[in-house]
Amino acid sequence: MVSVDQTVAAPGRYRILGHPADLAGHAAALGPLPLPRSPGRDWREAFVGSLEASGLTGRGGAGFPAAIKLAVNRAAGSGGTIVVNAMEGEPASDKDKLLLIRSPHLVLDGAQLLAAVTRAAQVIVCVPEGREQVAAVVAHAMAERAAARWAPVPEQLVRPPDRFVAGEESALVRWIETGRSLPSFRPDKGTPLRIGRRSALIHNAETLAHVGMIARFGPDAFRSNGTTDDPGTSLVTISGAVEHPGVVEVARGTALLDIAARATPLGPPRALLVGGYGGCWVGPDNFTTPYASLPLRTVGASAGVGVLIVLGRESCGLAESARLVHYLAGESAGQCGPCVYGLPAIADDVTRLARGTADSDLLPRLDRRLREVSGRGACRHPDGAVSLVRSALTVFQADVQAHARGVPCPHWNRPTRMRFPVGIGAA
Amino acid sequence: MSVVRIMLDPVACDAYGYCAELLPEAISLDELGYPVVDGKPLPPELAAAARRAVRDCPRRAITLRERPGGH
Repeated sequence: MVSVDQTVAAPGRYRILGHPADLAGHAAALGPLPLPRSPGRDWREAFVGSLEASGLTGRGGAGFPAAIKLAVNRAAGSGGTIVVNAMEGEPASDKDKLLLIRSPHLVLDGAQLLAAVTRAAQVIVCVPEGREQVAAVVAHAMAERAAARWAPVPEQLVRPPDRFVAGEESALVRWIETGRSLPSFRPDKGTPLRIGRRSALIHNAETLAHVGMIARFGPDAFRSNGTTDDPGTSLVTISGAVEHPGVVEVARGTALLDIAARATPLGPPRALLVGGYGGCWVGPDNFTTPYASLPLRTVGASAGVGVLIVLGRESCGLAESARLVHYLAGESAGQCGPCVYGLPAIADDVTRLARGTADSDLLPRLDRRLREVSGRGACRHPDGAVSLVRSALTVFQADVQAHARGVPCPHWNRPTRMRFPVGIGAA
Repeated sequence: MSVVRIMLDPVACDAYGYCAELLPEAISLDELGYPVVDGKPLPPELAAAARRAVRDCPRRAITLRERPGGH
């Protein structure tokens, strides 16, 4: 793999994948839980300082700095809950499933460390219904930890419904509290989430694995990969027109095309979908963009949930986008009008465009709908769909112009390369 | 100097549309009748109309947020 600049190195000693899955092996490879018997104020402050120095950001989609999230939560008081978010509702993502199956103890260690520093009373791990293999591994790991006195606070496995928005953090907290999996309207994201009257600190499973590593080996080990602004490694699920779809661990800052190369594309890609179904298309002009937050932002993208999909020459980007928006529309929690009615309308416009059945008002109407839906949901679900379509209109601009004149895409009815849950995706 | 902004709870809103009628200077309706807030600070002369829009919303979906400073 080619490094894009001097600050980037391939993952060397530091990695979160590939550690033993059983507790004895985990202990032998990585050592004990780096936690004193009675962690005092000095330990807590040192831990906070170390997390801050690492520059770790959340790996679940929003990329929020873990140290800031921790500070907000600590201010909300003790006795709360650490929630391990392994919901991974994104159909094209496998990284959290793989991580929990391969290294469950590293993730749970991260949760225990955050429980100690926030003086939380419990750890709750959320694995959706239907993912029995992941649940079995986590349950087994929890039993091992309880027997070995490796878990200072109780660890519990819960099984929320497997829906796209169920993993949105306010929806997850609401499900734990009430059994209803719905996002909440939170105008101020600086307010800590709560379960009952106690605070809840929610982290993606991958983020917690990094916490487990940083606490053991220090912030510099984490920073030995990645860029100055966006350090560390991260897990990327690669799929689409590739020979070997799967999950890879890459240094932040690796060029997009070099990440795709790990899965061996079937030919030169037409485009890359970066960040997930609510992510962004990136065209060939920007294939060498480093996979790090600032460079990605300059091309309108973000790492999102760590998904990279290769669009092959034989696929139509607009037709695939139409299917994705139909899917996202169907996954709305159904609470906010702009999302409930706006996403199907946008999906319909994009479908007409791909089929070459656009009316003369379609492009201005679609533009208005994208503007009107953006930022108007309680959660960011509709914003993801808008980002996807906006980038499609830019990256597949030549196709858009041709289709708007009534020339259908020759590839529009080809079978999709996108992954959808069974029974969904026929657009 | 404090700045007042209109905050709309999209979960509560059911597109009654009273707000856009009471405060057309700051709130318009999209193609399905859901309100769109322009996001700008509310001019002081609209404060009374804004309070009425808050009070008359059948879904209690509108609030006014006051913040010190210019943002």
